[in-house]
Amino acid sequence: MFRNLTLTILMVMSLMVVSAWAKNVSITGAGATFPYPIYSKWFSEFQKIHPDAQIDYQSIGSGGGIRQFAEGTIDFGATDAPMTDEQNAKVSALHIPTVMGAVVVTYNLKGVATGLKLTGSIVADIFLGKITKWNDPKILEINPGLKLPDLAIMVAHRSDGSGTTGIFTDYLVKVSASWKEKVGHGTAVNWPAGLGGKGNEGVTGLVKQTPGSIGYVELIYAENNKLPYATIKNKAGIFVDPSMKSVSAAAAASLKTMPEDFRISITDAESKDAYPISGFTYLLVHPKMEGAKGKTLVKFLEWAISDGQKYAEELFYAPLPKEMIGKVEKSIKSIQVK
Amino acid sequence: MRREIYRFDRYFYFFLKGVAICLPLLLIGIGGFLLNASLPSIHQFGFDFLGTKIWDPARDNYGILAFVFGTLISSLIAILIAAPLSIFTALFLTEVASRRLQKSASFIIEMLAAIPSVVYGLWGIYVLAPFLRVYVEPFLGKTLGFLPLFQGPSYGVGMLAAGIILSIMIIPTITAVTKEVFLSIPNSYREAAMALGATRWEVIKMAVIKTGSAGILGAVILGLGRALGETMAVTMVIGNRSDISISLFAPGQSMSSVIANEYSEATSSLHISALLEIGLVLFLITFFINSLARVFVWRASLRGSTR
Repeated sequence: MFRNLTLTILMVMSLMVVSAWAKNVSITGAGATFPYPIYSKWFSEFQKIHPDAQIDYQSIGSGGGIRQFAEGTIDFGATDAPMTDEQNAKVSALHIPTVMGAVVVTYNLKGVATGLKLTGSIVADIFLGKITKWNDPKILEINPGLKLPDLAIMVAHRSDGSGTTGIFTDYLVKVSASWKEKVGHGTAVNWPAGLGGKGNEGVTGLVKQTPGSIGYVELIYAENNKLPYATIKNKAGIFVDPSMKSVSAAAAASLKTMPEDFRISITDAESKDAYPISGFTYLLVHPKMEGAKGKTLVKFLEWAISDGQKYAEELFYAPLPKEMIGKVEKSIKSIQVK
Repeated sequence: MRREIYRFDRYFYFFLKGVAICLPLLLIGIGGFLLNASLPSIHQFGFDFLGTKIWDPARDNYGILAFVFGTLISSLIAILIAAPLSIFTALFLTEVASRRLQKSASFIIEMLAAIPSVVYGLWGIYVLAPFLRVYVEPFLGKTLGFLPLFQGPSYGVGMLAAGIILSIMIIPTITAVTKEVFLSIPNSYREAAMALGATRWEVIKMAVIKTGSAGILGAVILGLGRALGETMAVTMVIGNRSDISISLFAPGQSMSSVIANEYSEATSSLHISALLEIGLVLFLITFFINSLARVFVWRASLRGSTR
């Protein structure tokens, strides 16, 4: 009985080994958690077309992705914020933008389910703790149709380091001089006001529980959980709802100034259709790669920015604007595979 | 034949010795790793790291005073709530309850320790925090609001919530150890007290609590050690603001939750080093406190055995 069991286990194990040999292209990557849903969809769809390619991805956070990529323990990394010049000097990485996301400002106000309008400088002042009441004259001025209560504003922010915070603070730095001076931007900052919640779900928990609260979460997360969100005034002076269209418009607007390595922030973009708090998410690959691994990875990247883009919207990511895809393709073609 | 057995015994002895040596080596290894990894941060900030409260990853400037404060105060609140509850529970179980009740009640209390801490955290966010915000904190503010401890807006989440969650988590530990301490006190003590005409309360006071006091202290410190290191549940309810406030309603931040929050997204090498130095400080604090508990319990048991 036991001998049979052992035999079976041995056979299964040897089968696994053999099948691992057969799939000899095994690629590993790690990084950002934000694009994880679409990446895992992509890997499984890609494997249907290329059964010999096995791509494993661990969503350990952008910071971890950059770190492991720099140490060379993984074949590709993934990050929401592009690498800084300092990091880029240590390890040369090609940034391949894959999809886009946006950060929405969500709130909890009784009787104001939709239609709250905010500007960048008001959002900055709220998160700085300068505007403390919902009926502050500055908020009333741009929301004449709303009945805003005499209620204290409770700020909720992310307590964990996150690309979402990166995009959000990057935007605030652009629209508020005092934010730039006092706080700055990064995946984690020294928050001057409010409470911290862990993850999108932590912030949402705080906002849902506390009347008068305001917080920021990813667009996907807000859509999936039907959270109310504010309309934000963009650089052209128009109040824009966050949506896939307005996020893609932000990228399209930045196209003219887009550098060759795509390391650009598209927050506060100059276009009347653009939602101002959006950003790319990137895959990091080496500019020179070897053998079958390199070939497969290049094939995957080409597929992801062409056929793969159609999976974006169903998972609430904004696809890359069409005008940009040629440029990204060129960048992928520049990868040297020996 | 005899030789064979003897030889086997010797091998077994060496095997056990090897295993036993591995554990202290592991401890030293972890301490060494933490020290080594935090050297850049120690070099950069020196003692300011412990003495300032500004934690600013965007500018690579780190001080952990607020986190040390948050860790110590939330654990202290937890101890103040959990210690009396646990000691009375242990007294009830060993001195008052019947054998059957003792067994089943102990089982249920120990089950509390089996609940994963993330579940405690979720319960904290969705049940405890709203309850504190709507009922407890306004009530405390009204009745005891003249004390700075109970002033300021009530958010629900904050130091008080963290302390309460922690207290629930350490009650099983303190109760179980205290119960063992009480059970180890020889019955002759109780009989002697009764023979002197002591009432039940006097028996408990003289024979049980007094004799077991060092052991009780050890149990409490053991609970404290657990509270200091708890991460997940605390992160979810403490409010995560790196600030020092005297009010219990105010949000705070604990050492372990900063590490859990920021490590995965940290990219600057100084940031990572600073996070690991928090780990080092926490390691030293818990090491110190656990050793203290050991000494107390050891002294208590020593005295028990010599008499």
